[in-house]
Amino acid sequence: MLHSILAQIPWKSPSVDYHAIAPEIILAGGICLIILVDLFTSETKKWITASLTGFVMLGALVPVLTLAVSDINVRSLFDGRYVVDEFALTLKALFLIAGYVVVLLSQNHVEEGDYYQGEYYTLLLASVAGMVMMASSRDLVSIFVSLEMLSIPGYMLAAWRKRDRKSNEAGIKYYLLGVFASAIMLYGMSLLYGVTNSTLLSDIGRELTVKGQFGGVQALAITFTLVGFAFKVSAVPFHSWAPDTYEGAPLPVTAFLSVASKAAGFVALVTLIYVGFPQAQDVWQPFLWVLAAITMTVGNLLALRQTNIVRMLAYSSISQGGFILMPLAVAGTGDAAGPALQSVVVYLIVYAAMNLGMFAVVIAASRTTRSGEISSFGGLFSYAPGLGVLMTIFLASLAGIPPLGGWIAKFTAFRAVLEAGGNWGYALAIIGAVNSVIAFGYYGSIMREIWMRPAPNGETSAVKTPSSLIAAMVITTTATIVFGVLPGAVLRFGDLADLTGAFGR
Amino acid sequence: MLTTQFLLLGAVLFCIGVYGVLARKNAVMVLMSIELILNSVNINLLAFSVRHGSVDGNTFALYVIAIAAAEVGVGLAMVLLIYRNRRTIALDDLSEMKG
Repeated sequence: MLHSILAQIPWKSPSVDYHAIAPEIILAGGICLIILVDLFTSETKKWITASLTGFVMLGALVPVLTLAVSDINVRSLFDGRYVVDEFALTLKALFLIAGYVVVLLSQNHVEEGDYYQGEYYTLLLASVAGMVMMASSRDLVSIFVSLEMLSIPGYMLAAWRKRDRKSNEAGIKYYLLGVFASAIMLYGMSLLYGVTNSTLLSDIGRELTVKGQFGGVQALAITFTLVGFAFKVSAVPFHSWAPDTYEGAPLPVTAFLSVASKAAGFVALVTLIYVGFPQAQDVWQPFLWVLAAITMTVGNLLALRQTNIVRMLAYSSISQGGFILMPLAVAGTGDAAGPALQSVVVYLIVYAAMNLGMFAVVIAASRTTRSGEISSFGGLFSYAPGLGVLMTIFLASLAGIPPLGGWIAKFTAFRAVLEAGGNWGYALAIIGAVNSVIAFGYYGSIMREIWMRPAPNGETSAVKTPSSLIAAMVITTTATIVFGVLPGAVLRFGDLADLTGAFGR
Repeated sequence: MLTTQFLLLGAVLFCIGVYGVLARKNAVMVLMSIELILNSVNINLLAFSVRHGSVDGNTFALYVIAIAAAEVGVGLAMVLLIYRNRRTIALDDLSEMKG
């Protein structure tokens, strides 16, 4: 049977554009290199692996830049299954820079905790490689493979502190829910293949109309597939892993999961919606509308009552995820597709900068406070003015106060929703507006703690911040402020003409 | 070919798997239930592949098998880790963090 099918297919080896996949090749080479270097370095020199990982991330950024300035705008490999376009390049750059910042955050944390450095950075690189692949994937198989490639190292990183019960618990919760979600997503994908006879997203986009004989199965397939990614972006009601995993995992890993892993989920969601299901908006629009509305609201309300700063940031990142979902929920209405895509890309870039910055400050401050309780940050400004000011900047940006990056991100999201208009659009905009006000509650409570309260137990010795953390803070602060003051700098990454011309359509 | 029967088998396996994940409290049983779902996916893919007369489904199933193996490897390692630290793998006991 199989033999006869195979015999009908004329086989020729595909021509590979090596320039287009150079970032992936560099990352793959870097993974092997770091495993080897780790084998041959003594215990005292393991810091080399950290520096090398940083160089590999930046090295992979070089071909991304050369691809961005090259004349060919869309490079399509393997019959359109792997596409390198402006959208993919923007997000590849985002993942690589976020990965680099996470390396900077990890350096001292991992070194002082004696946490198997070589393996840690290998897994981090593997996960980033999966994300970089995800940005280009335009086929069910490659989306699935890159999703697992970015998730499986994530599960291991979350459980990194082997003897710590909390870290174990963080890992297993993330793992079980993650695998369950990806299994449901796979079932949806198998149905998608069944109703369209193709795994290529652009073919699926042509076939999938959610009408006629198989309309019900198609709707089921779309919903199941989206559930897998709703989990990845920790949208309510698939968010229950997020707070526990974020609290239990080592802090740099938490930063990585809450920024890069979430962005990868959104990238897949966007590709699926725009390339895979453009004619099926009747199914995914209501689904995403409900997800966006309850994600914003539940995330915010639960964040209000947290006393641990990492848990609070977990709920805050859930609610920020709701804001990123908001424009997608109306992306199928009228002309809203362009602005919605732009706002998702812009929000992801800005969110990466401000959230990584927030985690950098928390990591730096908790080196002295040794606690994640919000009350332990009391009086931070009086003994570490630099950290206090930076934390205020990031909190203000997360809350969406102009002229910081978070403001422009929220602005584009609301603009996209209002441009779509209609009762659904306006209702969502109102829910979003109410939620941005609620968010001031918990961001403000931390600010009050930093500026107005005295330091608990009189601990006022100056904080020593290692240079790698300072570098991370400089990168993220610059990005947060520049994107806010010069919105053009970030808006052009989400330029509609570039992006909607993308996807090989 | 009786592909409809295979699809029904896939659907039944999927339901059993989802029930297992939701109802079982033992981590290894949950892992096995997830395997059931993944295998229902494979059956689905192969049935559709036969019905359409294309190899895409077969290749997809190969990827699913390979990656499921990697996933379960990590999962069992994690279960072992928890067993070493706590002497139990009941998921209900994992409640260090709440809120």
